[in-house]
Amino acid sequence: MASVAARELVDGEVVFVGIGLPNLACNLARATHAPHLVLVYESGAVGAAPVRLPVSIGDPALVTGSLMVCGMADVFQLMLQNGRIGVGFLGGAQIDRSGNINTTVIGTYERPTVRLPGSGGAAEIAIHARRTLVVAKLSPRAFPERVDFITSPGHGASRRQLGMPGAGPVKVITDKAVLEVDEATGELVLAALYPGVEASDVRARVGWPLQCRSRLGRVEPPTATELRLLRDVLDPERRYLQG
Amino acid sequence: MSKVTTLRDAVARFVHDGDTVVIEGFTHLICFAAGHEIIRQDRRDLTLCRLTPDLIYDQMIAAGCARKLVFSWAGNPGVGSLHAFRRAVEGKGAPPLEIEEYSHFGMVARFAAGAARLPFWPLRNYMGTDLPRVNPRIRHVTCPYTGETLATVPALNPDVSIIHAQRADAQGNTQIWGLLGVQKEAAFASAHVIVVVEELVDEAVIRADPNRTVIPGMIVDAVVVEPWGAHPSYAQGYYDRDNDFYVAWEAISRDREALERYLDEFVRGVSDRAAYLDKRPELAARLKAKARYCPGVNYGF
Repeated sequence: MASVAARELVDGEVVFVGIGLPNLACNLARATHAPHLVLVYESGAVGAAPVRLPVSIGDPALVTGSLMVCGMADVFQLMLQNGRIGVGFLGGAQIDRSGNINTTVIGTYERPTVRLPGSGGAAEIAIHARRTLVVAKLSPRAFPERVDFITSPGHGASRRQLGMPGAGPVKVITDKAVLEVDEATGELVLAALYPGVEASDVRARVGWPLQCRSRLGRVEPPTATELRLLRDVLDPERRYLQG
Repeated sequence: MSKVTTLRDAVARFVHDGDTVVIEGFTHLICFAAGHEIIRQDRRDLTLCRLTPDLIYDQMIAAGCARKLVFSWAGNPGVGSLHAFRRAVEGKGAPPLEIEEYSHFGMVARFAAGAARLPFWPLRNYMGTDLPRVNPRIRHVTCPYTGETLATVPALNPDVSIIHAQRADAQGNTQIWGLLGVQKEAAFASAHVIVVVEELVDEAVIRADPNRTVIPGMIVDAVVVEPWGAHPSYAQGYYDRDNDFYVAWEAISRDREALERYLDEFVRGVSDRAAYLDKRPELAARLKAKARYCPGVNYGF
């Protein structure tokens, strides 16, 4: 999942890095095909070049050797709202048919079954970044027809009419397949499968009748270099990687 | 006259029951020393505000200091949940906690409005999200120039902000480097400011590098010297984050009795920060920062 996500990033792009797996994917991209990727963290590190995998998005290693460190008012007003962020990179507990993301509550807001951390910077990233990528493991619980709470907006209403500058969550990278938003319907559809995965495996783990792109792509497995970097260099303590 | 005092005196003077209190710092420079002193002085009914409540507000919630939490991301960064917070919000036997929730941009904008002494701050945000539905203080305004609809958030003007920093002089001219968070805005928005520093320095040290000053002494009420006062968070150039403790907090905070034992041993059971550090003699060997000096800047003319 980390290597598939990393390949989505284009060298030279400005990426707003979210907590968790996106952090790993962005640092993998920087170590492989995208050495000029500009990592912006909501903590204020701009052009970060961490020598160790940051344990959080406020890690001191993000400061050492970065291009700029600014206050958080500057991050949100001068970088994000100003339109300087090419890619937003988010995780989520739930992602629905319209690409809405929930990181706030499972259940109702007033009486939640599980209280999640909340938005952080996710709501504004999904609104402002020119495009947003999402990473999440595929399961029926994580991919319901409708999220319990919209923390970060997808494509349920006209983004342009509502005044959202960015394209929103255009691609969801999971551990079995890649979903993309269909421009005509505003719905997440199956775009590419991992080796050995069938479309029916994906449909069984998604809470709505999942449509397919007319031509399904194949996701290439991680290369030996990517695996070595992930396992031995970037995340030897398995903070983000599983198994 | 010097503003240097002890944390005990600063908290006794500037933090009262029912106050709106901010201990800021985004992962970096979170003043655990002050949070612990507030618990020791048994302050009640506080409205605690912070972008990321972090372990310090989880501890203050567990200790019964908080009536309300104003925040934008309530997790254990890089680890998981804040369980005292979750028990309170999920109604699992803990005393209820009122919450008022924004996104980071919203909280930053609230501090910016407060610091500029404006009633609200406009931002292009929240369209398509459920946040305004559950927080009626997120409102909208029509721009008088373009006709565009913009979201607004109300100013946040705390009774007191507590800011941890690398160094200050006796007047409270305070220098911070590394991640800056919203400390400047929070300090300017507050009625009172307590600065807690790793090192007290001469005014000449401040004057030698004025671009590094984030908070000027004119808005500071008290200066407290408390080395390692941000542990288990970190202070750039002084010590690294104690990530082992952040990981350990998952199990401690999940178990109400373990959490009480922690508070009894490391917070209520010590008289001050020095006594806390006496119980953790291994910290320096494990976490002291390596040197990485910047070569300097020519301020001449």
